[in-house]
Amino acid sequence: MEAAMGLMRRIHPKQSETALSALLSLLPHHSSDLLSQVDQPLQVLFDTDCGKEFILCEYNRDADSYRSPWSNKYQPPLEDAPYPSSELRKLEIEANDVFAVYRDQYYEGGISSVYMWEDENEGFVACFLIKKDGLKPGQGRRSSLQEGAWDAIHVIEVGPEEEGMAHYCLTSTVMLYLTTKDESSGSFNLSGSIRRQMNMDLTVAEGHLCNMGRMIEEMEGKLRNSLDQVYFGKTREMVCTLRPPSEIAQMRLPDS
Amino acid sequence: MAEEVELSDEQKKDIAKWFLLNSPAGEIQYVAKDLRTVLNDDGVYNEAALDAFPVYNKTHMICLEMPGRIGDVLVTSYGELAGNEFLDPRTAQVAIIDHVKQVCTEVRPASDEELPSPYIEEFRGALDAEILKYAGEAYPKGVCSVFCTDGKDAEGPGSNFELVVVISATKLSPQNFCNGSWLSVWKIEFKDDIQVLELTGKLQVGAHYFEEGNVQLDAKHECKDSTIFQSPDDCAVSIANIIRHHETEYLGSLEASYLNLPDTTFKDLRRKLPVTRTLFPWHNTLQFSLTRDIQKELGIGK
Repeated sequence: MEAAMGLMRRIHPKQSETALSALLSLLPHHSSDLLSQVDQPLQVLFDTDCGKEFILCEYNRDADSYRSPWSNKYQPPLEDAPYPSSELRKLEIEANDVFAVYRDQYYEGGISSVYMWEDENEGFVACFLIKKDGLKPGQGRRSSLQEGAWDAIHVIEVGPEEEGMAHYCLTSTVMLYLTTKDESSGSFNLSGSIRRQMNMDLTVAEGHLCNMGRMIEEMEGKLRNSLDQVYFGKTREMVCTLRPPSEIAQMRLPDS
Repeated sequence: MAEEVELSDEQKKDIAKWFLLNSPAGEIQYVAKDLRTVLNDDGVYNEAALDAFPVYNKTHMICLEMPGRIGDVLVTSYGELAGNEFLDPRTAQVAIIDHVKQVCTEVRPASDEELPSPYIEEFRGALDAEILKYAGEAYPKGVCSVFCTDGKDAEGPGSNFELVVVISATKLSPQNFCNGSWLSVWKIEFKDDIQVLELTGKLQVGAHYFEEGNVQLDAKHECKDSTIFQSPDDCAVSIANIIRHHETEYLGSLEASYLNLPDTTFKDLRRKLPVTRTLFPWHNTLQFSLTRDIQKELGIGK
């Protein structure tokens, strides 16, 4: 398993789907571990009942069907499929509505889905998903972005309520894919995925959704910052190590 | 997940080759180590390694130190004489290499048939000297070589030939979770008939950062240029200047791409702050459901 995760850390993020299916076929006994530890680019299905798209993941899957958070129905239909309790479903509906507004304010588009289910320790687990695809070529906007994708997966385990407090454990992954292409600079692609964890004990006075939401918002901000500053910064630093840019200055002198 | 079909050795080998061939620059040995563990079948692994390493080594144009401190040899298809024999034109030595171990085990002097004619060597040698100077200035970790890939036996003026310049720079710092490589391949067609040199450059830059994540840069660029056919020394100087010019410009455009990231590209995907420029009002989300209810009612009203 450790070696498999080692491979996933080296293979280019845009090939992670191929790599995962290869590992699944080599290590069928570890399939559930692999599926839960390796995050994959998010897929989308159209809920014909509600006329809305929803996101697929391991947490709304049963056999080959996926439950839509909008209609609460499995597609394709499935008998004896698991559903959240009616109380949790109520929270799930609210979370989907509020999270859609959050998503619109930060992402100005995209798709979001929230799934919840009871866990064994009298608490519950919630999974918040966001998928945003960037501009496609031809959509005239000043930015040079031609292709881009941001997939965020937030899984949050909520412990049972004790004396008005609950423990929240958030594991977040962001997968990012950016490509710009043009005549003068060729193709430039930055892709990556990072995963972080955050633990908090909070009072539930304002409700679970409020606590989960704040944690996710803080985490997304941190992840975005890390990708921008640290990760992209490091690859840029590497380019400058390979070919120090000081030469530009030296070159320009004789011309002027 | 009931379908646990046992893979055939052939399928396992294909998967193993895929992983090896898709290793980032400088990381194939790490991938190989993990892969061996995952496969748990040394027979299959060894077969895959024998197929994949030579291809990987040539694609990434790895650089190996020749014994006796005579210099480095670049493993490229341009200098390939046999499966494990690679010409180093500068020292006129043939390096015999072990692909899987990625080492040069011995060297032998190249035979006359393996080397270009004295006429071609004048052009190649002059260009090699200029590129060596340029690469030394521009790439601290750079290794370069100039190969004759076509018309190497021309005895004098009157025939076309082709030289290829390879500059390969790799920086590995696994302790900092960061590796990178810059690879330039310039093909120069010496067109004697029309007294023109045509240059085509392929630049490829990669970087991998993998501390608590996996982020990779993958940039490619192609460019073309031309100049006039002159004496070996003058050709060498103008070719080196053209290469320097294009590569400097390319570095500039990479820098520009990085500078553009935060404001344009990245912002299009996810903003730093919401459109409202304040954090999301999680404590007051009731307003959203209220608006929604109103909208619903209005929708019904219509």
